[in-house]
Amino acid sequence: MNARAGVPPAATRTTSARLSRVAIYAVLIAFALFYLMPVYVLVVTGLKSFTEVTLDRMWMLPEGFSLDSFRDAWLGNEQTAIPGLAKNFWNTILLTVPATLISSVLGSLNGYVLSKWKFRGADVLFPLILFGMFIPYQAVLIPLVQTMQVLGLYGTIPGLVFVHVVYGIPITTLIFRNYYASIPTELVEAARIDGAGILGVYRHVLVPLSLPGFVVVIIWQFTSIWNEFLFAIVLTSNPNVQPIMVALNNLAGSYSVQWNIQMAGALMAAVPTLLVYVLLGRYFLRGLLAGSLKG
Amino acid sequence: MHRELWEQAVPVATERDRVGRRLVTSDRLISLALITPSLILLAVFVYGFIGRTAYVSMVRWNDLTPDYTWVGFTNYVRLLDTERFQIDLRNTLVFTSTFIVLCLAVGLLLAVLLDQRIKFESVFRTIYMFPLAISFIVTGVAWRWLETPSSGINLIFGAVGLGFLQNGWFTDPNIGILGVVVAAFWQMSGYVMALYLAGLRGIPEDIREAARVDGASEWQLFRRVIFPLLHPITLTAVIILGHISLKIFDLTVSMTGPGPGFATDVPSLFMYQATFFASRFSQGAAIAVVLLLLVSGLIVPYLVYNARTEVQR
Repeated sequence: MNARAGVPPAATRTTSARLSRVAIYAVLIAFALFYLMPVYVLVVTGLKSFTEVTLDRMWMLPEGFSLDSFRDAWLGNEQTAIPGLAKNFWNTILLTVPATLISSVLGSLNGYVLSKWKFRGADVLFPLILFGMFIPYQAVLIPLVQTMQVLGLYGTIPGLVFVHVVYGIPITTLIFRNYYASIPTELVEAARIDGAGILGVYRHVLVPLSLPGFVVVIIWQFTSIWNEFLFAIVLTSNPNVQPIMVALNNLAGSYSVQWNIQMAGALMAAVPTLLVYVLLGRYFLRGLLAGSLKG
Repeated sequence: MHRELWEQAVPVATERDRVGRRLVTSDRLISLALITPSLILLAVFVYGFIGRTAYVSMVRWNDLTPDYTWVGFTNYVRLLDTERFQIDLRNTLVFTSTFIVLCLAVGLLLAVLLDQRIKFESVFRTIYMFPLAISFIVTGVAWRWLETPSSGINLIFGAVGLGFLQNGWFTDPNIGILGVVVAAFWQMSGYVMALYLAGLRGIPEDIREAARVDGASEWQLFRRVIFPLLHPITLTAVIILGHISLKIFDLTVSMTGPGPGFATDVPSLFMYQATFFASRFSQGAAIAVVLLLLVSGLIVPYLVYNARTEVQR
């Protein structure tokens, strides 16, 4: 290994240098514990029974191993009037999958045009497109609700899909435009000399090279839409249609419900995006660095 | 990286003359046909709706039944006189500034430390960044439990002899908003760490070596050479963190709601409640417009700056 960044060769290493290494690890571990603390509490509380969850014993490990809280949070419990999250989990899948796929395809087409078929005014248009991903959505909510009602899409999953597709256009377009910009224009030119038109170039040159771009965009959109709350709560009022985050917030907001159920529900709501992060972290990071974060 | 993605100059198809004229024209038409639906959707759902919201903010629709009587800026004048809104603006200022400073400081610290040839670096990185993958709602539910005054973190403070640090967290009527900042910091600081780490890795080793040869100490190296090179990253981080914190909504809703005496209230939450609970649509619209102006003040110069530098290339 090469010596770098403030680490002298081992032979000349002094006691103070060694001490500072220890200090570095101590700080890193302390922060790791800080980030993991809520996970510990979520898991431990979720595994406890209702009688075991008391304020002063919050940090204690559970006495037994009980999945009852997870069962109640998932399926509901009629005796304690807890609505299960299973239905809402399914709603979120029905919402997230089509919205992610449609907005990815739209972003890919837009990115292709804006990188390889630039037209006059495209440079002015692009920042105007991007502005859409930074706005506070409160500034469009009132007309949005009215429009969805007129279209008969208010309170429906297809309505939410539509909204996420529309407001997903800026970020998916941004990521694909920059991704396609890195594909040499010579490839496009060569295909055109061979007689390919704009769609032929897209299908035979761009699409085969697009897989990493699609992975980044799909992960990005999947995570954002899965975690989204504002559109979901404003555009759905029927508990049977509501996505998981709205249902989780309702579950946690009703104070009659116990902490163990809340924590179990929160964990289950977080699992899909956490899985994506753990399995495809590299692409997740690229999406993160490519655009903004949560809208 | 954020900036690099921006800056990749876009080569335009230049050799049009080689290809038949008619083909170019029809391809050009198809290219416009491909992008037009998206442009129309954004024109309506972003710009049209913003215009419509601005219009609603200037009529007298503060009841269930729409009333489109023009009242000009009356709703804004009233809003600025409303105590809740004044508290909201102050909360937003406190939230945004402390949140950004905390994230930048810790993000930079962790990035610099992780850049010191650390064993298990990827494990640390994964741990610091996983909160980015989860919803603000989940974060809010977890931190509401952690910040329960008679439990959670206060128990730990008591157990390790830091009892003087125990506080009411988000239930404190005076500094409750800082309780929300802690949760937001937990969620977003890993993002800043990732940005800075990517920046540090992008600085060539020769630059560090040259400074060392010139006799610079490690601290001088950071102070004079490395930190200045990280300025563009700081700018990006401030813009991204800033626009998220100005709009913060999900976290406040799931953690506290408006809080005692609106201690944790923010404009986005006020807008939501005014509009959809109290049916004061014009008031809600006015709050939304103020919020949009705040965010635009941050975002528009950034977008213009990036567009300019890109065109120059």
